[in-house]
Amino acid sequence: MTCCDMNTESVLAMSATAFSAEEIALASHPLGDGLRQLDLSVPDVHCGGCISTIERALCALPYVAKARVNLTSRRVTCIYRQEFEKRTTDPTGIISAINAAGYRAHLFTPIASENDTTRNQLLLAVGVSGFAATNIMLLSVSVWSGADAATRDMFHWISALIAAPALVYAGRFFFRSAWNALKHGRTNMDVPISLAVTLSYAVSLWETMHHGEHAWFDASVSLLFFLLIGRTLDHVMREKARAAINGLARLAPRGALLLISDGSRRYVAIEDIAVGDEIAIAAGERIPVDGMIVSGESDIDLSIVTGESSPVAVAGGSQVSSGAMNLTGSLVVRATKLAKNSLLAEIINLMEAAEGGRARYRRIADRAASLYSPAVHLLALVSFLAWGFFGGEWTHAMLVAVAVLIITCPCALGLAVPVVQVVAAGELFRRGVMVKDGSALERLAEVDTVAFDKTGTLTIGVPRLVTTTASDETFIAKAKGLAVHSRHPLSQALARSGGPAPIPFDRVSEIPGGGLQASRGDETYRLGNAAFADAISASSSDDSPFSEVVLSRNGEVRARFFFEDTLRPGAREAVDELKVRGYETVIISGDRQSVVDNTALVLGLDKALGALAPQHKVEECQRFSADGHQVLMVGDGINDAPALAAAHVSMAPATASDIGRQAADLVFFNERLEVVPQAIAVAKQAARLIRQNFALAIGYNVLAVPIAIAGYATPLIAAVAMSTSSIIVVTNALRLNTRGMRQRRERTMTATREVNAA
Amino acid sequence: MNMLIYLIPIALFMGGMGLLAFLWSLKSGQYEDLQGAAWRVLADDENEPTP
Repeated sequence: MTCCDMNTESVLAMSATAFSAEEIALASHPLGDGLRQLDLSVPDVHCGGCISTIERALCALPYVAKARVNLTSRRVTCIYRQEFEKRTTDPTGIISAINAAGYRAHLFTPIASENDTTRNQLLLAVGVSGFAATNIMLLSVSVWSGADAATRDMFHWISALIAAPALVYAGRFFFRSAWNALKHGRTNMDVPISLAVTLSYAVSLWETMHHGEHAWFDASVSLLFFLLIGRTLDHVMREKARAAINGLARLAPRGALLLISDGSRRYVAIEDIAVGDEIAIAAGERIPVDGMIVSGESDIDLSIVTGESSPVAVAGGSQVSSGAMNLTGSLVVRATKLAKNSLLAEIINLMEAAEGGRARYRRIADRAASLYSPAVHLLALVSFLAWGFFGGEWTHAMLVAVAVLIITCPCALGLAVPVVQVVAAGELFRRGVMVKDGSALERLAEVDTVAFDKTGTLTIGVPRLVTTTASDETFIAKAKGLAVHSRHPLSQALARSGGPAPIPFDRVSEIPGGGLQASRGDETYRLGNAAFADAISASSSDDSPFSEVVLSRNGEVRARFFFEDTLRPGAREAVDELKVRGYETVIISGDRQSVVDNTALVLGLDKALGALAPQHKVEECQRFSADGHQVLMVGDGINDAPALAAAHVSMAPATASDIGRQAADLVFFNERLEVVPQAIAVAKQAARLIRQNFALAIGYNVLAVPIAIAGYATPLIAAVAMSTSSIIVVTNALRLNTRGMRQRRERTMTATREVNAA
Repeated sequence: MNMLIYLIPIALFMGGMGLLAFLWSLKSGQYEDLQGAAWRVLADDENEPTP
């Protein structure tokens, strides 16, 4: 199976976060009988081969009792024995087995149980209403084909008996939502639905008791059936996106190594860290809580916290904030705040304060309903009164009014929006974009300004060597030989860069916060920041857009290397395409203004705003909306989260901070930034289809309502009209899918042609 | 007319069986992993995880 050709080494390199046994134990939960269940997300599984590879790898472990892969949610449920052959099992073996099979595995906290029950309730309601609808329709068809009076009465009674429990059971979603809306003095799509369903049932029952000819049981139940399908699709779409997003690697650590006064170390959950506790943080770990450094020196990477692209040197006494990555040396940090009061908590407060545009946004279906339902109810009332006063027969007037309500019941309207959105979300899903809910697509279609964060969004947070000044080639080779010994991102970038082969050094020591040092004969080489390597002359100015690394021999500068953050693939194409389509593009970044200006210049963005604190980012977003613009914010960091919440609609890459992913409406798994204009294009197409569907549904009403008002709408006509309008609306929505398919086919065809030509 | 007496209960009973089958499949978790189930059909028996 060619799709499973994953390179094990690259996977091991990618899974930068190694989990300790304690952390895994915290994430798993006991099942009794000495068994524990561990849920892992494995984002790379995508076929049957992957399922059997992982299950076989896990079942080969002696302590694993059961392993099952869920391909839909890309998860593995693994049940293992806590003790095996009198020894406590080490669950890290589970993750390394999956990694060795060639897949990434992340811990995640299952929080989706509530959503699962809602989905099952909806599916159950679809099943029940489907059962009722088919049976009642069977009976109704017999009535319409001309049953005699006694049989007709009996069929009506049976229909009434089937419909009553089905309406109560399957209709409760609509009744509850309609009641909630009415209680708050609003009206939504569910109000006319609930009214039509209950009124038609009541009138049909009355008719049945009086041996009437027409009963609407089939209409009221099949209406519910259709609408429930729309609602279930909508729910499943949102749940799928949520599962995919929850399955991503959690960036914030779950716990930390606590130093106890007797010298021992214990792994504790992050919530249990008290103010004043001292915690050990090894190189390569993230800092769990805000604190002050007690001992140790290191460089920390703040890119996800503040958007600053170059690492910062820290030493004893420096303040560090949660979420920062410790790069080079081990640190002991004294917690100054509880986890729940850390920077993250402040960001969450800012987010709650900023959440404006989204809360004010009313979904298009609700906006339509606020115009539609008063009009419809007025129409029904007017025809009731008119037939009552002029026709003189109030029972007939009541029948006509109910017919109007049923005919105009927004069945097609209820399907018009969710079906389009589900199809659009599926199209985006195939391109690697998760849509959290349908309203995000509606808002995305209205956007006219796109604001990007820089670090982690326009760039990928990996430095790239731009220019080198060296007196001799051999110094570059020596610098590379030194650089391979460090995990500092600049050193790694230098080691990766092309040019002469590295000259190896034997004994290299890393001075945290400074750089690398090695001796060869009586020569001392230093590679690091200017202050460390170049003791003689003054360091270069701070507002250069590049990060600098210097190689010195015995204190004399021999080579200088300049780095900049690597642009995300497709960033230039994305910005160009947005500009061609007439969107305004802005950078809103927390990084230094000179760096931001440089990126804006390279990519050709309209405006570059740098050195912004999280609340300033929010203010910028609010300023745009005050000027009448609708902003799409694309960002990833902890500092972007409030702006993501404040913007009209927001997107985050899958590599974003935990909170950034939560705040964003759309999360893209694709490495390339071109998905941003693509997502906007799909959203626009969906908005167009929704408007078309509304036009179709209203056009149908214009045709059918006069028939109902004239009193000619028999249950048969209602059933036919309702189903055709629903089918038309659904078919129209599916056009979005066929267009996507045609594009995909063309893409593969050109790809094959290129391969054949080559 | 008389055959309706037993035809209608039969129709309802068969519909009810369908509904029960659906409820059972929902409860036994058959909708949890629709994509995975499609692939598992193709897997050989010896690949089945031993319980």
